[in-house]
Amino acid sequence: MPMQHVDGKNEGKIVLYALSTCGWCRKTRMLLEDLNLEYDYIYVDLLEGDEKNEIIEQVKKWNSQLSFPTIVINDEKTIVGFDEEGIKGLPG
Amino acid sequence: MNKLPISDFVVSDGEVNQYYIKLKKQVESSGYHLNPDVEFTKSLLKSIILNDKRYGYESCPCRLAGNDKAEDLDIICPCYYRDPDLDDYGTCYCGLYISSEIFNGKKKLKPIPERRPSPEDREKLKMESTTGILSSSSIPVWRCKVCGYLCARDEPPEICPICTAEKERFEQFN
Repeated sequence: MPMQHVDGKNEGKIVLYALSTCGWCRKTRMLLEDLNLEYDYIYVDLLEGDEKNEIIEQVKKWNSQLSFPTIVINDEKTIVGFDEEGIKGLPG
Repeated sequence: MNKLPISDFVVSDGEVNQYYIKLKKQVESSGYHLNPDVEFTKSLLKSIILNDKRYGYESCPCRLAGNDKAEDLDIICPCYYRDPDLDDYGTCYCGLYISSEIFNGKKKLKPIPERRPSPEDREKLKMESTTGILSSSSIPVWRCKVCGYLCARDEPPEICPICTAEKERFEQFN
């Protein structure tokens, strides 16, 4: 799975599902980087074929609306949208 | 269709600037506002042009395109959700179109919830509306008392796209 890894402080497992074209997704990445948090991200719009479908199903499990950005924390909690306070409160 | 991998499409700054100038003029003359954060706005426009190259239609940059125009008619920019979102939150989902209040700095731009139904709900809606005939009573019609412009939508536009009269100067027509 082509997750991109960003180094930083480990505050738990943070996975960001994003679109490469989306302004709020960009702001989310900027905030995670300002907070110097370690995380993985994937741009769903850049995937194709089976790989794309597989990731879409993954995102829907966490956020049935399939909207972006969707952040999954420690495989148990979800932050949908550019929720500044929520992201600053990680791992929470 | 182009066989380029999806990540290989490019958009030049020249294309973005040209699109920005054209759109800004058109948007302002019809009573809407683009986000005055030019850098943010241009990055969204770049994404719209990119999506047009990728999919053949100007799909919303903040939503996942299905690469199927018929399925994505609702999210071609400007999307079906822009005006209800402008009414309720003062911004479209992307923050590309904003209300006068936010434009004039009286309110801060914040991200808003997604109004587009989930993929499952869209399937259900499709099944329900096979006839495609709208009940005449389900959507109000508004009349601009200045120029007579009529529109059928939940609320009148912020500014009349024909004569620029304000929202307060519309009356319900039906």
